[in-house]
Amino acid sequence: MKRSTLFFAQLVFTLLVCAFMLVPVLLSLLAGLTRNYFVGVSGGLTLDWLVQVWQAYSPTVWLSLQLAVSCAVCVCVIGVPAAYALVRMNNRFSRAFEELMVLPVAMPGLASALALLLTYGQFGELRRSWLFILVGHVLFTLPFLVRPVMAVMQRQQLPTLEEAAASLGAGPIKRFFSVVVPNCRAGILAGVLMVVTLSLGEFNLTWMLHTPMTKTLPVGLADSYASARLEVASAYTLIFLLMIVPLLIALQAISARLSRGERR
Amino acid sequence: MSGTTIRLQGCRKAFTDGTVAVDNLNLTIEAGETLVILGPSGCGKTTTLRMIAGFERPDTGQVFFGDSNVTRLPIERRDVGMVFQNYALFPNLNVAGNIIYGLKIRGLSPAERNKRCAELLELVGLQDHGQRHIHELSGGQRQRVALARALAPRPRVLLLDEPLAALDAQLRERLRSELDQLLRSLRITSVFVTHDQGEAMALGDRILVMDRGRVAQLATPRDIYQQPANAFVASFVGNLNAFPVIEPTAHGLKVSGGELPWKGIQAPTTVYCRPEHLRVMDDGGHLRGRLVGQFFQGAQSRLLVDVGGA
Repeated sequence: MKRSTLFFAQLVFTLLVCAFMLVPVLLSLLAGLTRNYFVGVSGGLTLDWLVQVWQAYSPTVWLSLQLAVSCAVCVCVIGVPAAYALVRMNNRFSRAFEELMVLPVAMPGLASALALLLTYGQFGELRRSWLFILVGHVLFTLPFLVRPVMAVMQRQQLPTLEEAAASLGAGPIKRFFSVVVPNCRAGILAGVLMVVTLSLGEFNLTWMLHTPMTKTLPVGLADSYASARLEVASAYTLIFLLMIVPLLIALQAISARLSRGERR
Repeated sequence: MSGTTIRLQGCRKAFTDGTVAVDNLNLTIEAGETLVILGPSGCGKTTTLRMIAGFERPDTGQVFFGDSNVTRLPIERRDVGMVFQNYALFPNLNVAGNIIYGLKIRGLSPAERNKRCAELLELVGLQDHGQRHIHELSGGQRQRVALARALAPRPRVLLLDEPLAALDAQLRERLRSELDQLLRSLRITSVFVTHDQGEAMALGDRILVMDRGRVAQLATPRDIYQQPANAFVASFVGNLNAFPVIEPTAHGLKVSGGELPWKGIQAPTTVYCRPEHLRVMDDGGHLRGRLVGQFFQGAQSRLLVDVGGA
């Protein structure tokens, strides 16, 4: 088959754009594996930097994972009922509330963090605990779960399904858990995927809210960029990617399978 | 399964925009009876059903099931079975899961549940479909599952909200006669809402015809057809010819197209009759007109005749 010149022009353009975006990532990963970045690959490869990062920063990795999971749980517990209530009410108040919820996303993270510090900073126990960062993450990621869940709830014939459940004797709480939640799985999963990703990579808010004892991965990364060798920082990035990419692929696969099931 | 009497006493329901959906409705549905509520859209038939179900609370008036006042009870505590127009089956559960849902809530043991589920699958003719997913079923099968689900917990009352409206004509006919047999054999008190007069005639022990939130007539299908209470009922159930009376004459009434015999004292303003009560004659009939159209309908033909006038 003979391809037109236009096809090849487009192909080259696409490849260039891909290269433009991917080369920095690859270079950064490579930098984490070279013995000396300024000498380059010819100087030889090593895993020493990775080991060094792990020794120095492994607590930040665990804390980030702990935060991401707790954040997803909190956002689910708050967000799914909230989405349900907002869809059910559907009046001027609920729309205003929906806008308000998005505010922490629109606002610079530093500003919301400052607001949190001003309000709750004097509670020392909370201020020193990782839960303080969790509060910030939940605030920031909440709309990313509520929005897709609301979209799914509006698409489904939920009100009739609930009426059917009620006619079979199910009270409001039973209806919520046996009808509403199972039929919104796809939306909840999409939301959780987003929340975990955002929480793992969140820097703005976290940087303001953290203490030396509660450093997350992105904060540690900034730290290492500022204070350690370039190779260490790059190795750190490598660890972050190793952590988040499989997680993203897994979650993506689950939600793709669920939404396929939904469409049948 | 024995039935429960349903009684509505002076029920009224208005919506927030001020429209009165149902006004001062008094109604008794006998135990074991199938009552069909018939009327055009917006006549209040669905609101009436929803008040019986417990989805809507009447603004004034009361609802009784047997001797107990259920006006303030939410639907989940009224012990009713409900079948919806769009089936409303739970897509996250399979057929058996849907049927068992209500049994689980009533706390039946797994063995009892499965036994009852098998009974119902057999009742609606879906013995081998228990493990099927809802999306694998046809519309007719879905509605059968919905019926089985509603009947499984042995409700006191069965409510059906236009259950056949989403099906195609042939299937609707078949499911209608199945439903008729089922309701008769179960002897459960049931309320069936429809805008289809054929369905109403076939299924109802009695028909409640509603018009703008009020009772137009409540009677057996035969009486509704043969002795309609007013022009609305007559024209909504079956076809109707109307002849406005121009003036009374010495032996009858002058109408467009001729003169009708009449011996009464006070002359009516309009004379109504069913199409099958008119006979086409070569000559010497009471009315005369010009054949405008002829529609062949198999067992019968419909003739459109212009007798002049409006």
